[in-house]
Amino acid sequence: MILDMFKKNRNIAKELEGVPEVEQPKDVVVCKRCKNEVLRENYQRNLYVCPLCGHQSRMSAPQRIEMLCDEGSFKEHDRRLRTLNPLKFKGYTDKIENLHQQTGLTEAVVTGSAKIGGMPVAIGVMDTRFLMASMGSVVGEKLARLFEYATRKKLPVVLFTASGGARMHEGIFSLMQMAKVSAAAGKHSQAGLLYITVLTDPTTGGVTASFAMQGDIILAEPRAVIGFAGRRVIEGTIGSKLPAGFQSAEFAQDHGFVDKIVPRGELKETLQRILALHVGHHK
Amino acid sequence: MSKSAFERMQLIKNIARPNIDQYVSALFEDFIELHGDRAYGDDPAVLGGIGTIGGKAVTVIGHRKGNSTEENIRYNFGMPHPEGYRKSIRLMQQAEKFGRPVIFFVDTPGAYCGVGAEERGQGHAIAQSIQQLMFLKTPVLTIITGEGGSGGALAMAVADKIYMLENAVYSVISPRGFASILWKDPSKEEQAAELLKMTAPDLLSFGVIDGIVPEPKGGAHTDPARTCIELRQVIEKELEDFSFLGTKTLLENRYRKFRGMGVFASN
Repeated sequence: MILDMFKKNRNIAKELEGVPEVEQPKDVVVCKRCKNEVLRENYQRNLYVCPLCGHQSRMSAPQRIEMLCDEGSFKEHDRRLRTLNPLKFKGYTDKIENLHQQTGLTEAVVTGSAKIGGMPVAIGVMDTRFLMASMGSVVGEKLARLFEYATRKKLPVVLFTASGGARMHEGIFSLMQMAKVSAAAGKHSQAGLLYITVLTDPTTGGVTASFAMQGDIILAEPRAVIGFAGRRVIEGTIGSKLPAGFQSAEFAQDHGFVDKIVPRGELKETLQRILALHVGHHK
Repeated sequence: MSKSAFERMQLIKNIARPNIDQYVSALFEDFIELHGDRAYGDDPAVLGGIGTIGGKAVTVIGHRKGNSTEENIRYNFGMPHPEGYRKSIRLMQQAEKFGRPVIFFVDTPGAYCGVGAEERGQGHAIAQSIQQLMFLKTPVLTIITGEGGSGGALAMAVADKIYMLENAVYSVISPRGFASILWKDPSKEEQAAELLKMTAPDLLSFGVIDGIVPEPKGGAHTDPARTCIELRQVIEKELEDFSFLGTKTLLENRYRKFRGMGVFASN
């Protein structure tokens, strides 16, 4: 019975997270979109963007932090916060432990302080390898603490969002995180401080319906899925297939919900420019 | 004998269960409905307006479902589009300006999932509603009267006090959705309903809500007048309590309440 449950969970995880990049021997990566083989070294140097077709694959939080933060400047916060199992959902505790072993992450968001182009920031990066970066109590708490830290230190917050939505395993507590993070983000805003969100693939559900959409400036990566409801849920409601670009970053920008779409190679420079325009601004 | 979550879910589906239209006419005098979000349109799934209770002016907002199939369809089964949440935001800002408390009646399966809702920013509308409510400089009371469906309910449930009718439910996802996604088996709906801890007593024990409004033995629809008497008592009591609190204290308490939500360890 318990074994059964694990088997099911594994299948679901695969479906939610998509097929991982197929790793070939001899340090070759196969692009998920164009299926061409690319040397891992070139791929990494190109910030995990396929040099042949431009497909931007999902990045882990550590990769993202390495790409953006000035070398050696990142200091992680709140790594000791630990996930509990308030609904006593069978298999949840083990699943969290396994993901911790596999990824080295303690939860689906990494938060901390760092410098970007010499400017100090509070930064948070969500990581889809961890239960599709769904938001449970620990994710909510780490983000709320990040905003509170930034408010105390008068720092801007840069947040990379990616999420399947609320962490259903934690029931109502996961829903409450939307209110909790919005509260802390709101206090930060009232202090006159800058909050930049960068929407990455996929930003959906309760994360879209809370802090992802509360930034002063909202950036997005090209072609990232951005939406509230899941594609299949909408297709089920309307009884037909949705067009290919529906809920893309470009769609969100066309409809007025994203300030700027920034290709990965230009991200650090764009963030630096925006940060520089707000240096020292607070109440 | 306490009802199971699944039994409550069946009970609140009764077409005769009173909803916001009945509550507004039974509880508020001189009610005037106000329409539109001033940007796109008027969402019939959200009712908003001003009235008085116990001689006191209040803003009333909530999900509207109707009491017949035709009405259900007209009101989109109480599932708002973004313009519904934006109408609500407009009316709560108006309430703040004129120092009126806001009373929400929540009863929705969730925010609508559709093409237009995505095009007009369902996520953005809910996000704004949550944040506005957190800092709204007037008292906010929410009563969940039937279904409290996820973010679509939360957008009207960031309140100083949250009550649930005895048989109402409040959850991050429907039990059916939970069973489909986590167990790949929607037929395990009943099991999921119990696991999710979505009943009023469960949520009171978690500190997610502040109180339970009793229903008649067979449910609110068996004696709507009785249910309204209970609701009036709660509303009048809370409005009186709010009147003793300064805005600063009110907002600090509201912030602290939501800031403290969550279960985790820090060792």
